[in-house]
Amino acid sequence: MRNFPLSRRSMLGATAGLSALTLGACGTAGPGSSGGGDGGSASYWALSGEPNETIYGDAVEVFNEGDQGQIDLTFFQNDAYKQKIRTAIGAGEAPTIVYGWGGGGLRTYAEESQVDDVTDWLDEEADYKNRFVESVWPAATVDDRIYALPQGATQPIILFHNTTVLGDIGAEAPETWDQLLDVVEKANSAGIAPISLAGQSRWTSMMWLEYLLDRVGGPEVFARIAAGDSEAWLDDSVIAMGEKVKELLEASAFADGFESMAADSNTDQALLWTDQAALMLHGGWTFGSMKASGGDFVQSGGLGFGPFPTIDGGKGELTNLVGNPCNYLSLSTSASDEEKEVAKAFLKDGAMSDQVAADLIASGSVPVIVGQDDALAASEDAEYLQWVYSSIQEAPAFTQSWDQALQPTQAETLLVNIEQLFLGQITPEQFAENMSAGEGA
Amino acid sequence: MTALSPSSSPLAATGDDPDAPSARRASSATGSRRPGRDRLQTSHLLFALPALLFFAVFALLPLVGVVGLSFTSWNGIGAIQFTGLTSWAEALSRPTTWQGLGLVLMMIVATWLLQTPMSILLGTFLAGQQRYRNLLAVLYFLPLLLSSAAIAITFKSLLDPNFGLANGLDLPLLRQNWLGDPVLVWGVLLFIIAWQFIPFHTLIYQGAVRQIPQTMYEAAQIDGAGRMRQFFSITLPQLKFTLITSSTLMVVGALTYFDIIFVLTQGGPGVATRILPLDMYLTGFRGNEMGVASALAVMLVVIGLGLALGVQRLGGRDASASQMEGA
Repeated sequence: MRNFPLSRRSMLGATAGLSALTLGACGTAGPGSSGGGDGGSASYWALSGEPNETIYGDAVEVFNEGDQGQIDLTFFQNDAYKQKIRTAIGAGEAPTIVYGWGGGGLRTYAEESQVDDVTDWLDEEADYKNRFVESVWPAATVDDRIYALPQGATQPIILFHNTTVLGDIGAEAPETWDQLLDVVEKANSAGIAPISLAGQSRWTSMMWLEYLLDRVGGPEVFARIAAGDSEAWLDDSVIAMGEKVKELLEASAFADGFESMAADSNTDQALLWTDQAALMLHGGWTFGSMKASGGDFVQSGGLGFGPFPTIDGGKGELTNLVGNPCNYLSLSTSASDEEKEVAKAFLKDGAMSDQVAADLIASGSVPVIVGQDDALAASEDAEYLQWVYSSIQEAPAFTQSWDQALQPTQAETLLVNIEQLFLGQITPEQFAENMSAGEGA
Repeated sequence: MTALSPSSSPLAATGDDPDAPSARRASSATGSRRPGRDRLQTSHLLFALPALLFFAVFALLPLVGVVGLSFTSWNGIGAIQFTGLTSWAEALSRPTTWQGLGLVLMMIVATWLLQTPMSILLGTFLAGQQRYRNLLAVLYFLPLLLSSAAIAITFKSLLDPNFGLANGLDLPLLRQNWLGDPVLVWGVLLFIIAWQFIPFHTLIYQGAVRQIPQTMYEAAQIDGAGRMRQFFSITLPQLKFTLITSSTLMVVGALTYFDIIFVLTQGGPGVATRILPLDMYLTGFRGNEMGVASALAVMLVVIGLGLALGVQRLGGRDASASQMEGA
């Protein structure tokens, strides 16, 4: 009995401590307006992980040393950020600068007036606007108004190949569908996985669909879908795309057990750089990680790259791209005018400064800024970077990744249906019908 | 004579009785406790107050909010629109809801069948005082110290078809489509969940077995009962209430199970492991349909409460009766 008052006291103490903690947590979750500084401050949430963390961290540091105000930068892990930012925006606690991916997510924010329309500001700052390559703007535009500013590197989806493996099996990087099937057959008979695919992650399989639909039906089909026309899912080319997937599955084109492979551990890349697979369709960002983890695979010329093959009778051109044009920064509507001034100054002078562009090139990626030819040519990955840079500038169409172009609800339905299509659980027709009706998850 | 029995009321002792002195002694002993007990009850309430407050603010209030949200349509940002029963209608008409419910019920049964016998046996074994058993106990409890996310990520790497355990140990038998096969994936999940939680339930049973008076076993031994007979006639019946506690935790735990499946499969392959709690999360925070997700959450709360009460009922009406008679 004697220890009861004690435990009550400690309980009360714990209660007080906990409430203090929770209150404290609430306080830091809001826009950081405590910075003071010379010209006020603005908050900025960005994604953690190298090399970006260093590059953007340095950019903020340089800006803060100037006299245009202070940026409070906080890094979040990718998945955690995606959920936190929505909650924060919904609760009116968004940071001044909202990091995002454009497309459907941006449309939701714009329609709910959570991010500022920057079209007029960009017209005033034409010099700033013209620094960026053309292909970045569609994903930042909602109903002809621009709501986000481009940032970072361009990330088209690229068909990578292992030059050693292709040489051993006597094949070449495919540029047509038949050549692709030829690689699959030769690799299979040599006992090597034709295509490395981390099917468990679902968006990885989605990259195949993105290119297949483009090559079969041209970029217009998905453009209609992204614009909200759910009937467009029933287009013949969507079914033809599903049939191509079936064809690949029947030819055992994907590595054994691909449904168990996840992209977050990069085992799909490892399969390629350990000479266990011939091809891999993946985002341009994997170049950097294969260079970092793959020993001298990239340096010794083991990694090849090229466009996705064309399909006979299809409408899509070899030079059409899909992927992520870049990342985007928006201004939160709920920020004060003072905060927005600081944020705009940072966007203009800090976020994509020449130094940031140089750092991005050094890390093996292509900044979305014009006039980088010389810098790219001088880098150690010149061949790859120049190819990507010219690809994005010459591409007749750059279709944004489906899961980012669509509204989040649709994107979730899409991913579930994609996985079932690749598992052979649903037919191409069912896939089209499910997507058109918004069913499946 | 009746006054001597501890259960008799103190009032009975005030009557004329030949054994009055001893009865009065007994009555004064019990009677003097009464005012103290009242004071105790008030202070009990006081002690409970912080916890109750916490419960009200962090459990009841959000619950009310979720019930409210289930009658609205909300995408997480923007305005919350009251839409009556629309969200409920959608939640109840989606095939994934019913599939998720079926999966979670299957999971409850399977985890219980898998974990309970193992935990009882391990708990009984570890209740012995020998030193090697203590050492084993420490080893068994290790999984309990790891976070679910860490466990899931570790197993995901171990089960990788190309670079996992199969490759490391060069055992082709282990090279299976562990997470990509809709049936096999359940075997994997049930195994990992059991691996994680059996230590916890073992701990409960170990404590309970140690509470069983040694005298019972001694009496049984004199009567000629063997080890098996002792286990089934003494240990198991004595563990009845522990079984109910452990089962309640298992059932409710399985009903709200989320983390390992989220990290390991995200509900895949397809929707093979999209159990209802995961479906609720993905609907709410990936699909941004907060109204429908709230309706699913309310369903889970109701089912969980019902199951918990049902399991408690299995213990019989008089669950507080002593099991120690004759000890």
